[in-house]
Amino acid sequence: MKTFFRLSALVRPWFWWMALAALTAFAATGSGIGLLLTAAWLIAKAALQPPLAALQIGIVGVRFFGIARGVLRYFERLIAHNTTFKILANLRLWFYDAIEPLAPARLMQFKSADLLQRIVDDIGSLENIYTRVLAPPVTAILTSLLMWFLLGFWSRDAALLLLLFHLLAGIGIPLLSTLLSRGNSSGILRQQALQQVLAVDFAMGVGELQLTGNIQKHLDLLEAAEREKLRLERKNALGDGMHEALTGLLMNGAVIAVLSAVMPLVESGQTSGIALSIVTLAVMASFEAILPLPASARHLEADIHAGKRLFEILDAAPEVITPDDPRAIPEEMTIEARNLSFTYPGSSIQALDKVSFTIPQGSHTAIVGPSGSGKSTLTSLLMRFWNCSEGELSLGGENINRFHPEELRRHISLVSQKTYIFATTIRENLLLAKPEATEAQIASALQSAGLGHFQSRLDEFTGQHGMQLSGGERQRIAIARAMLQDAPIVILDEATANLDPLTEVEIIRAMEEFTQNKTLITITHRLQAMEHYNTIIVLKNGHIAEQGTHKELLSRKGVYCRMNMLSRIAKTS
Amino acid sequence: MNRDRRLFGLIRENRTPFVLSFLSGALAGLMMIGQAFSLSTAINAAFILHKPLSALKEPIALFALFSVIRMLLTWAGHTEANRGTLQIRKKIFSRLAATVARRGPLLARSMQSGKLSLTMQKGVGALDAYFSQFVPQLFLAVAIPVLILIAVFPTDLISGIILLVTAPLIPVFMALIGKRAGALTDRQWESLSRMSGYFLDMLQGMTTLKIFARSRIQHDAIREAGENFRAATMKVLKIAFLSSLTLELVGTIGTALIAVGIGVRLLSGSMAFQSALFVLILTPDFYLPLRQLGQKFHAGMEGESAAKDIFAILEDESPEPRNGTATPERKSVQSLPISYLNVSYSYPRSSTQALKAATCCIPAGTTTAIIGPSGSGKSTLLSMILRFADPDSGTISIGTDPLESFSIEAWQKLISWVPQHPFLFNETLRENILMANPEASLEELQRAIVFSGLEGVAAGLPQGLDTPIGEEGARLSGGEAQRVALARAFIKDSPILVLDEPTSHTDPELEASLSASIKTLMENRTTIIIAHRLETVRNAGHIIMLQDGAVMHSGTHEEMVRINPFYQKALAAGEDQPS
Ligand SMILES: Nc1ncnc2c1ncn2[C@@H]1O[C@H](COP(=O)(O)OP(=O)(O)OP(=O)(O)O)[C@@H](O)[C@H]1O
Ligand SMILES: Nc1ncnc2c1ncn2[C@@H]1O[C@H](COP(=O)(O)OP(=O)(O)OP(=O)(O)O)[C@@H](O)[C@H]1O
Ligand SMILES: [Mg+2]
Ligand SMILES: [Mg+2]
Repeated sequence: MKTFFRLSALVRPWFWWMALAALTAFAATGSGIGLLLTAAWLIAKAALQPPLAALQIGIVGVRFFGIARGVLRYFERLIAHNTTFKILANLRLWFYDAIEPLAPARLMQFKSADLLQRIVDDIGSLENIYTRVLAPPVTAILTSLLMWFLLGFWSRDAALLLLLFHLLAGIGIPLLSTLLSRGNSSGILRQQALQQVLAVDFAMGVGELQLTGNIQKHLDLLEAAEREKLRLERKNALGDGMHEALTGLLMNGAVIAVLSAVMPLVESGQTSGIALSIVTLAVMASFEAILPLPASARHLEADIHAGKRLFEILDAAPEVITPDDPRAIPEEMTIEARNLSFTYPGSSIQALDKVSFTIPQGSHTAIVGPSGSGKSTLTSLLMRFWNCSEGELSLGGENINRFHPEELRRHISLVSQKTYIFATTIRENLLLAKPEATEAQIASALQSAGLGHFQSRLDEFTGQHGMQLSGGERQRIAIARAMLQDAPIVILDEATANLDPLTEVEIIRAMEEFTQNKTLITITHRLQAMEHYNTIIVLKNGHIAEQGTHKELLSRKGVYCRMNMLSRIAKTS
Repeated sequence: MNRDRRLFGLIRENRTPFVLSFLSGALAGLMMIGQAFSLSTAINAAFILHKPLSALKEPIALFALFSVIRMLLTWAGHTEANRGTLQIRKKIFSRLAATVARRGPLLARSMQSGKLSLTMQKGVGALDAYFSQFVPQLFLAVAIPVLILIAVFPTDLISGIILLVTAPLIPVFMALIGKRAGALTDRQWESLSRMSGYFLDMLQGMTTLKIFARSRIQHDAIREAGENFRAATMKVLKIAFLSSLTLELVGTIGTALIAVGIGVRLLSGSMAFQSALFVLILTPDFYLPLRQLGQKFHAGMEGESAAKDIFAILEDESPEPRNGTATPERKSVQSLPISYLNVSYSYPRSSTQALKAATCCIPAGTTTAIIGPSGSGKSTLLSMILRFADPDSGTISIGTDPLESFSIEAWQKLISWVPQHPFLFNETLRENILMANPEASLEELQRAIVFSGLEGVAAGLPQGLDTPIGEEGARLSGGEAQRVALARAFIKDSPILVLDEPTSHTDPELEASLSASIKTLMENRTTIIIAHRLETVRNAGHIIMLQDGAVMHSGTHEEMVRINPFYQKALAAGEDQPS
């Protein structure tokens, strides 16, 4: 129930549009009733062979109601659907605005396919909340009221009887429907979400699935989900058919009941016989408003399920909060860490443990250390993807929490270890870093990243995750992208790991030139040209094992020296 | 209306339920006429003939009977149409999934996963409205009016003629708008599919968007995508609604014409009240199926648009890996060399050749290293052995058997693969490793974990091996994620090993220990390894060097040092530091 109210609150801004649509819907149904009513009156009256003039009002009525019904229906649909799609588009925006601050820290536990399901389909199913859930009962109630007054004019009994049938069809059948099909609609949504996850995994991991012999198993899972979904849909369709039939039956029952209530009146001469045909046709027409009600109940269930899934995410608190009055990024950008510690939520080990260092502006620093020692974590903290657990990270003497996170990120070019290339053109991927970049700037960035020959391929589609490029090409696009951004701080996290030595050397050379007046932080496993760095920080198990220049560290004969030896031995053996 | 033949072909494959549905629909139409007849009889008896209530029992009972039978028939009609539709959906879904599975990574990489997933789910779902609503309605829109005409003509000729004249207006009109609406529906479907592909890409790349401080800007892109979708949809709907309105007006005018005409004739006494009522009750039912066709038209068209995407995948012309029948024998695979003979290949829709007449040999039971500049075709060379693609020309064979002669599935069983960019499922660490060999014992699992240097990682995770590792291994460091792929190779005991830069994200110390375990693993297996670090290459028995898709040189380390300038330069680059 709470979910329902929260959902209704979401659509409140469109209340007047929705009210207008519901009213128009009622007017259209009313015109339908009017049309049949006047037509019946017309012929019944005519059968009594009155003068033609007496029929005039009926003839006009038939025309009026006939045209009014069509036109009203048209406007009702237009208004209702336009409103619905406006609501949808806004819900999507609102959902995006709500999850954007959650990424990446709070979204980690969700599967992206599941999030996709929520943003596209769960929100899509809310499409129904207005047209199929909220509006039909309103129209039905209004129509029922209208019939009450109409029939009450001839006979109270008939009106009561019709009300009874309306209640049976409008409340009884929907109740029956909820009872019989409980769980179907949410079950379908659940299967769809499952299928979405399976399908996306399937698309992205089809190679792995093939080579590990799991393709058939995965296909079976996909089909099992499809079968289960179809089973539920079939149940729903059967239910729909039954409800439609039952409503039809009730409609005919209502006709018989109302007729039998009016006939004695006609027999006794209390009412004119004209009433008979009028009443019959009006009763038939009034059920048009009742027909969609069983489906309303079903859609309500789906909406509540979808709503719960949306709120589940929206109720998470973001990891990183933008300060109220963010400081401007200072001119002087020395990076300093003091007793910095960090533990990933749920993890039992500290990813970073009391780390302290200073990276003066314009200096070049290398961070090395075993895999899993916390190097990338350090960049995540600096990028404000996570908050430090203890200690402080500062830029130009100011704690980085004081800056606007986006402003901070604009001052850092990061080539992340997990390169992500979007499935668009190569050009779009580059422009991400600098939308206003000129052709010349793009060309020079490509050139420095060793992709001069890509100039002609700029408008090629990169494929899912850029997989239509080779591994090294993907990395070099990422490097070109960072160069294009041209921020004062450059961080390279294993940016050349997938490159052959020759290309790598070239790019490192270009990078050195590019970062001459910038702060450069290189995270690397390949101890190459290390003497070029002002400082080398050696991380191990989350703490700093050593730091100093290449020479100093070698003379210390510690971890770094051993790492260096190992790569040397491998090379010269 | 240019109905898609392929869709009708599907109906032909599942004929029975649809025939049954049509039959019950037509019979229900007959019952409807019966209802109108008995109802008009009853009212006539009471109103004109002033019969007592007791005399009306028979027509009222008949009316009730017809109502019940009609209800049952309608229900049966729905149910059957639905059954047939679900059969078709199931079939199409399986075909689609099987095609994606068969075509493998090449197809999947060429489109956004969100789009592919949308086609599989929503696309197939959109066929539902087409088959369960539009097609039966198409039939009813012909059958019911004909039945009613047959009933009305003998009763009242003039009304019959009015019906006959106005009815064709409806299909004619629909044919006129059909074409334009079709184009618009295509566009609507396209914008939905673009939106889905875009959203998934954006969600997965959110961190990258943040890196460039562009995540909030996406707000505008989403607004635009949503707005485009709304505009496209409203355009379609406007046409749909307008056509409904016109159909409704035609129906109304028809009804009004008949009602007034009947009224006038009643007035002059040239028509009986019962016939008048009978015709009047039937008139709305005459136009109703035609009007409903107008409404279902839109739903049906969405199915047709979606079907285009579906058939684009099902009927893709580009070559797919050829599946043979022979089952390769483990023993012979272990002891026979793999040879490439004049292998050329270019990716679909690509103008350049990724492999140019490559000829080389991969000896059995030892390690072959493939080197070459980035983009020279190394991974492409491997994808041929993995059977993701077949050469455009030339052959690859093991011993004397071309790879194409083997069943792909059986062949892939004999290969362990560590891709350059491994895909990790958002499942637990255990599942991610065990997927390569679900039957592995706990010991084998432990061994694979130790060999790939993951034991410390597993110990540090909150629920150990049973911790979900996050989207594409988000909870692991870059090197750790790569080692999960290595662990998969360790746990799958297969005679061929294909390793694409397996240690590119590993520090020297760990690499030394991994190299040792890989060495153990590689014993007596045919191993192909792409490596950039010369320390790895040097240990390989055989080296193949690629450049621009062609094999430049091949030989042992010593031979390469002697004759190959690139190799010499690369060697020098790797040692580019004063010691
Ligand atoms: N999102 C996360 N949630 C939980 N634990 C994490 C997460 N990301 C990383 N870790 C863990 O934190 C530790 C440090 O990871 P980090 O990515 O900083 O390592 P790294 O030094 O960059 O290693 P590599 O050289 O392999 O990239 C690792 O043990 C890793 O398993
Ligand atoms: N699916 C694809 N569709 C179109 N072109 C592709 C596809 N995959 C690779 N290519 C192109 O084919 C060429 C060879 O790519 P391949 O992946 O074989 O290179 P590679 O030698 O493995 O390079 P790297 O060392 O950078 O991984 C590249 O120019 C690449 O852009
Ligand atoms: Mg890292
Ligand atoms: Mg490659």
